[in-house]
Amino acid sequence: MPPSKPRVALFVTCLVDLFRPSVGFAAVKLLEEAGCTVEVPRAQSCCGQPAYNSGDRRDAQAIARTVIAAFAGFDYVVAPSGSCAGMLKVHYPALFADDPATAAQARALAERSHELISFLVDVMKVERVGARYDGVATYHDSCSGLRELGVKTQPRKLLASVAGLTLKELRDCEVCCGFGGTFAVKYGDISDKIVAEKAEAIRESGADTLLAGDMGCLLNMAGKLERAGDRTKVRHVAEVLAGIAGPAIGEPGGDA
Amino acid sequence: MKATSRAFKSNARRALGDPQLQRAMTNLRSGFAARRAVAVSQLPEWEALREAAVAIKRHTLAHLDFYLEAFERRVVERGGAVHWCRDAAEANATVLAICRRLGARTVTKGKSMIGEEMGLNDYLEANGVAPVETDLGEYIIQIRHEPPSHIIAPAVHLVKEQIAQSFRETHRDLDPARQLKDARQMCDEARAVLRPRFLAADVGITGANFLVAETGSSIIVTNEGNGDLTQTLPKAHVVLASLEKVVPTLEDATTILRLLARSATGQEFSTYTTVSTGPRRPDDADGPGEYHVVLLDNGRSALLGGEFEDMLRCIRCAACLNHCPVYQAIGGQSYGWVYPGPMGAVLTPSLIGIEEAGHLPNASTFCGRCEEVCPMKIPLPKMMRHWREREFQRHLPPRPYRLGLAVWAFFARRPALYRPAADLAARLLGALGRARGRFRALPLAAGWTRTRDLPAPEGRSFMSLWAARRAARPAP
Amino acid sequence: MSDSRAPILDAIRRSLRRGALPAEEAAACEARLANHARNPVPARATSLPPRERIALFVRMAEAVNATLTRVKRPEDVPAAVADYLAQFNLPPRLVRAPDPALDALPWSARPLLETRRGVAERTDLVGVTGCFAAVAETGTLMLHSGAAGPTRNNFLPDTHIAVVRAGQVVATYEDGWDRLREAHRGDGFAMPRTVNFITGPSRTADIEQKIELGAHGPRRLHIVLIDDGEAA
Repeated sequence: MPPSKPRVALFVTCLVDLFRPSVGFAAVKLLEEAGCTVEVPRAQSCCGQPAYNSGDRRDAQAIARTVIAAFAGFDYVVAPSGSCAGMLKVHYPALFADDPATAAQARALAERSHELISFLVDVMKVERVGARYDGVATYHDSCSGLRELGVKTQPRKLLASVAGLTLKELRDCEVCCGFGGTFAVKYGDISDKIVAEKAEAIRESGADTLLAGDMGCLLNMAGKLERAGDRTKVRHVAEVLAGIAGPAIGEPGGDA
Repeated sequence: MKATSRAFKSNARRALGDPQLQRAMTNLRSGFAARRAVAVSQLPEWEALREAAVAIKRHTLAHLDFYLEAFERRVVERGGAVHWCRDAAEANATVLAICRRLGARTVTKGKSMIGEEMGLNDYLEANGVAPVETDLGEYIIQIRHEPPSHIIAPAVHLVKEQIAQSFRETHRDLDPARQLKDARQMCDEARAVLRPRFLAADVGITGANFLVAETGSSIIVTNEGNGDLTQTLPKAHVVLASLEKVVPTLEDATTILRLLARSATGQEFSTYTTVSTGPRRPDDADGPGEYHVVLLDNGRSALLGGEFEDMLRCIRCAACLNHCPVYQAIGGQSYGWVYPGPMGAVLTPSLIGIEEAGHLPNASTFCGRCEEVCPMKIPLPKMMRHWREREFQRHLPPRPYRLGLAVWAFFARRPALYRPAADLAARLLGALGRARGRFRALPLAAGWTRTRDLPAPEGRSFMSLWAARRAARPAP
Repeated sequence: MSDSRAPILDAIRRSLRRGALPAEEAAACEARLANHARNPVPARATSLPPRERIALFVRMAEAVNATLTRVKRPEDVPAAVADYLAQFNLPPRLVRAPDPALDALPWSARPLLETRRGVAERTDLVGVTGCFAAVAETGTLMLHSGAAGPTRNNFLPDTHIAVVRAGQVVATYEDGWDRLREAHRGDGFAMPRTVNFITGPSRTADIEQKIELGAHGPRRLHIVLIDDGEAA
């Protein structure tokens, strides 16, 4: 049983912070509705994945240290991203294999870290949300969330409770979208081929809305669909679950 | 085999623009990968077998010297010979010496990736011995003078029209007006063409899926039966095997064999699993008069005890290839050497050097599917990351990229500086992109925007908005 | 024996950061070889009593495109073989392995069936062999080389007919290995030159992933099962 009124620190993630703050606010709303108090530590920037996956261990460790320090002392640390939560939960302890003291702190952080939707369902035991969304949605399983953290049934469970929403399974929903961080730029043509396959599957689903739990995947898939003139709305799953209905990703008119 | 891994990006670009290759690669998705899933679902003990297999390999590698010596002892007891070769040059010379001593003019070959590593076919041809590939896929690429594109289905990158064309150009003594429209006809033709080659060969060369220390045996696995005709009919059977192929007992080999075919093609068991021990016995009705095992190091001993040791558990099933979105997009030849896909991305730099093969471990999204399907639980993404770390330490990534990363990391390490910078970027890009909602082009991001839009930011950073909200509503 | 033996063994030990294996550890490894203990074995076949085990063998063999005929007595085998060939319009000619189990069968009861006893040749379209064991787990035949079993008889002919007795059907490959060790116990278990595990007829998917039977080995595998009530 989670403590009543758990203190949750929101790890907003660099992509949400930069591209789509409304996802962060959706996350806060969902967490508060689930009975948490939410704080947002100021000293956060990024989980360090770009450095880590580029082989720049030193910068990755430096960034990780700031995260470990800033997020100490909370009951839980929650991120609206499988890859960032995976970084904190799975990779931070490995990052400090040669520094036992920091490794211990990293493990302590890892134990308390969660991806947003799986936190709501698995820890806070949320069974349904009160949101409404009229449309046919399909869901892409982002790789890190799926394979590192076991995020699979939880988003589907909550989406099933959204009034007006029909969920259609995406063919090859567990196949990578081709984002892979810097891969999408360094090997752009290969990335493009992979996301083109994903776009084909999305079109086949007949859905008018594409959902996922990771901004990197969403920017990638939205960018491909939009270049092809496709009108599928792309949203972070937290937006729909929180009942926030601003412009979809890549649609004009976003205001600050 | 000569490497073109340095040209990975242009190899890949060519592959992406090749309609026949792209058509051929779609067959892979519904083939091996789908069947593997069915086979795994029908074996409740799957995870237990994986655990057992990992334990067998770990134990063996920790005692590799013992088991190789035990293996050699038993081979010799049975009348065979073991040739220890440090590198491809020694191995090639050893094979040639055997062929010369026996006056061999043609040799038949079962599929062997070690043979590819050695560049054995070219070497034999240059020295007057004609190698004939007998695995249908290997035969097809041999007559096309191409490298293999998949470790168990070497011709997977070809469509049947291309294969028919090659058959017509090579089998010139057959009726040009004959039909070669479907796989059945081509299969029958290959069978008829290769049958006399099997019977005429002086030496038969196979690879080995396993070497068994308990009995001094080698094990090969085929579906066609070509490996069996290759090793039974000629005067000598030569086995090409790298050091890490050895396992302790027949039971250990059997355990891993249960994982192999299911992971590779989704079959419960390959059609022909053959355990060979020594030359023919005095009472045998047939069989080769000589049995030679060419034990090749070629960089394996250097992997032991290091960051990449787990790679020595690989059983060459190709499950990682079959599930890799990058491999499926570009095909195996793009990787530029013997081993493609995720296992190639880890193994190739250790065998031919990271300067040559640097792109391979970088061309991955780390989606993790490879590790998920690997029967031997090899942490492939982790080892690709290790390669990236080594490259970074040696300043191998291109300068603009390292500079960009350094600038970004400078800010990311200092949240107090990062916050205003992120808000500024959000405002700038948000303002530029507000009207359309997205960018069709963006400097420094051409790799992305050439084929995709980039959605515009909402216009302020979350951290700034949160701070503003907190200022407006002081905390209780 | 090649000259790089010592440098390779040295390189292995250097990487493992040790010298030669200490005596106790070497003894433990020797014991592991001698004991050849089983690893976890799937329950699929091991949990079955003999009748069900045979049924599993039949089901698994047929699932990989082998065909199968049951007869009640060894004497019925030549007729079953002749009928099979007639059914597929194959010429009534075959080579049979010089196997005492096959020698004992009344081939002369079907005088129109020409049988030659010996090693298969390129022109043989049909080959009949016995087998050593049959593994129910995957419908796999276990054969081995010897005076009674020329290996090429399993591979050269277009059609391979294997005669199996019910008592030869075992649950797992491990059971097959134990039987082989048992059969050779006298000579300190010297393995035969070749042990073949055969699961269905030859096949390939090398052309556009489409499965075709009869790549280089037999395109037809027919099993004649003598289901005489004998259990393994």
